[in-house]
Amino acid sequence: MPVLAWSDDVNSYESLGENGVGETAREVNSISSNPRIGVFICHCGSNIAGTVNPSKVREAAEKLPGVVTAKENKYTCSDLGQDEIISAIKQNGVERVVIAACSPRMHEPTFRNCVKQAGLNPYLLQMVNLREQCSWVHSREKDKATEKAIGLVRMGVAKAARLEPLEAREVPVEQSSLVIGGGVAGIQAALDLAEMGFKVYVVESEPSIGGRMAQLDKTFPTGDCAICILAPKMVELSRHPNITLLSYSEVEEIHGFIGNYNVKVRKKARYVDESKCVGCGVCADACPVKVDNKFDLGFGKRKAIYVPFPQAVPLKYTIDRENCIHFKTGKCGACVKACSNDAIDYEIVDDEIELKVGTIICATGFDIYVPKKRDVYRYWESRNVITGLELERLINASGPTGGNFIRPSDGKPPKRVAFIQCVGSRNRKLGSAYCSRVCCMYTIKNAQIIKEHQPDTDIAVYYNDIRAFGKGFEELYHRVREEYGIEFIRGRPAKLSENPETGSITIRAEETLLSKITEREFDLIVLATGLKPSEGSKRIGKVLPLSLSSDGFFQEAHPKLRPVDTAIDGIYLAGCAQGPKDIPDSVAQAKAAAASAAAIMAGKQVRIEPLTAIVDEELCVGCGLCVEMCPYGAPEVHESETGSKAKIVEALCHGCGTCVPACPQKAIAANQFTDEQITSEIASALGGVGRAAGKTKKDANRAEGA
Amino acid sequence: MDGHPNLREERPAYNPEIVAFCCNWCSYAGADLAGTTRLQYPTNVKIIRVMCSGRVDPAFVLKAFSLGADGVIIAGCHPSDCHYINGNEKTAIRGDFLSEFIEDAGIESQRFRVEWIAGSEGHKFADVVKQMVTELEALGPISEESAQ
Repeated sequence: MPVLAWSDDVNSYESLGENGVGETAREVNSISSNPRIGVFICHCGSNIAGTVNPSKVREAAEKLPGVVTAKENKYTCSDLGQDEIISAIKQNGVERVVIAACSPRMHEPTFRNCVKQAGLNPYLLQMVNLREQCSWVHSREKDKATEKAIGLVRMGVAKAARLEPLEAREVPVEQSSLVIGGGVAGIQAALDLAEMGFKVYVVESEPSIGGRMAQLDKTFPTGDCAICILAPKMVELSRHPNITLLSYSEVEEIHGFIGNYNVKVRKKARYVDESKCVGCGVCADACPVKVDNKFDLGFGKRKAIYVPFPQAVPLKYTIDRENCIHFKTGKCGACVKACSNDAIDYEIVDDEIELKVGTIICATGFDIYVPKKRDVYRYWESRNVITGLELERLINASGPTGGNFIRPSDGKPPKRVAFIQCVGSRNRKLGSAYCSRVCCMYTIKNAQIIKEHQPDTDIAVYYNDIRAFGKGFEELYHRVREEYGIEFIRGRPAKLSENPETGSITIRAEETLLSKITEREFDLIVLATGLKPSEGSKRIGKVLPLSLSSDGFFQEAHPKLRPVDTAIDGIYLAGCAQGPKDIPDSVAQAKAAAASAAAIMAGKQVRIEPLTAIVDEELCVGCGLCVEMCPYGAPEVHESETGSKAKIVEALCHGCGTCVPACPQKAIAANQFTDEQITSEIASALGGVGRAAGKTKKDANRAEGA
Repeated sequence: MDGHPNLREERPAYNPEIVAFCCNWCSYAGADLAGTTRLQYPTNVKIIRVMCSGRVDPAFVLKAFSLGADGVIIAGCHPSDCHYINGNEKTAIRGDFLSEFIEDAGIESQRFRVEWIAGSEGHKFADVVKQMVTELEALGPISEESAQ
């Protein structure tokens, strides 16, 4: 589709008029009472025309009041289709355009461009949704679908007749970006933007960036050590002149709109002065408190003053207030005495930071599914049942066991290990019907690592389907089967029972490829737990009204064509916040999100839809009800010569129109969604096509109302 | 999908007309999704797009009934999921008021619904329409006096 630069000041229409468009373009600036309407009906190949009869719709449209031309086109959105619209507009002096095609959520911007090219104000377009809301949903009722399509076009024509030209505003774009989440996706997006020359703020809620990838041992399918490839990026981020890292911080509020977001961040108190701490660790040596390390998922211990893992960035210590003796009793102070740099200060308080950014990338990651209590898999009951992420820590060289592969109950190396796939994934009962996309491969990778640690281990994988779809995945799958002798058993375990003396666990399962029920004993069970939306995503969901898809992850604006955009302009998604994905996919999406954000910022200016509310000061009595309705503080009541009047601050108005029904004076109108426009749609929706007999009285009412 | 009687059998003579006000971000997107996934529902519904369900003036609903609608739906984002922070909360309040008013006017409560339909809930949109058409067919035409 052609990409055009719009210039929407009023004069441009006149100049377009002088450039050969004729009187039409000039006329649209004044609202004519009987505008000339053009209707364009798209076949969309057979998507619409296979169900709806477009010729009948065109014939009906031709008879509608104000319609001067009605045309059909096989693909309206194609270059050819758009050219036909443009010439029909010019030839017939069309002043309002109705395009009956797909959803306005799909192609409204395309056709606004097209209408604009024809010399009309781009907001004099009304789209009629014949595809998503008619032909596709009524494909077995062709006549009725055609009848409905005629009704929908009638509504579109009625609204189009009442459309008014609007002027889009251009606002400057802040040349900075906020990246929420410091996992691999957030890190990559931040680095790319910073390299492009934009200022980037990275907000991470944990004391260190690194995210889930930092917890992993090796990565599939190549076997790269996760932290070895991640740590250099973490360091690069912390040292980049264009990046400000706000670790141990939370995004509290986000207001504004594309190009102009105001963000409030709370930097939680570490009780360690970051500018003085050199990360030597003497404080932690002195600290007498030992608690479970969350980073090691409870297998290892840390002190109450800690860094979560040795490669942490920033390498600054943090006091865990809940466990620190000083905060509990006011005593101790061992760390303060130990620190030769006087970096520790119990009096530090949370800091509030305000940022102004043009774009936001949300990379809030995932959490691991935690199996339920009293579940068939006995995760909470048996110590030797662990999750996939716990296994990552147990085989990690910098993990709690120093990379020695042992089982939790007795610290001995397990000789028989079973993996159980699809735990918390592909399970409708748990509300997670989706595939987590990484569990097959991390199981295969971990099976290989275990075999490398202890070649005499017997490993079995209970699976439903093996999904080895990525580059090099299938090859790895075959290698572990053939070279490492790992056994793959198709079947979902029905029962796990523990031998209380040995701690070993017997799996009872139907092996569906053999059609028999077997019982096998293992020393360690690893549940290939799936991915679920993170708590961090939920917190951000409260700050930003991002929509969720049915799996609970953030929803992209379009599943194919806008996979990193959100429904909110200027806000993008990267990594597992949008859905389960592996590291290469997360990195790819992060780079895409950075490019999308950069495209907006590089433009310096951004167009804001003029779909705002406007106040008719003559009718307004300044009661202030609109002020109460508005969640953005857009209406303001001010004193004028004629008394109190409300005024909409355009930059703050998001155009929801909630204030409009609240106004007792009918003094507020929502651009493109005025009372008159909507009422005309209602009247023509009920305009009497295909009504059952015996409703004559109501038909009369209807005609009157219309 | 093909469970609805309207899709299998000949329709009864009464063909109820439903006007659905759908917010752009959730329920209109949900209705679009019903289309992209080719869910089938009866043709009786016509959608009017608004940016937020909070834009729907109660007067629109009354106007629709007075002009011959047999049923009206206001559909918005789920509570706490509003694209405009809390527009749907206002819809909920106005919806409660409307329900009472409509019943007082002698219009059956089944004829007016406020529904929360997310952009991912194409099936819900289709189900709501199917269910409402079935209910309205059982009710029959709206009484003349109440429609006034």
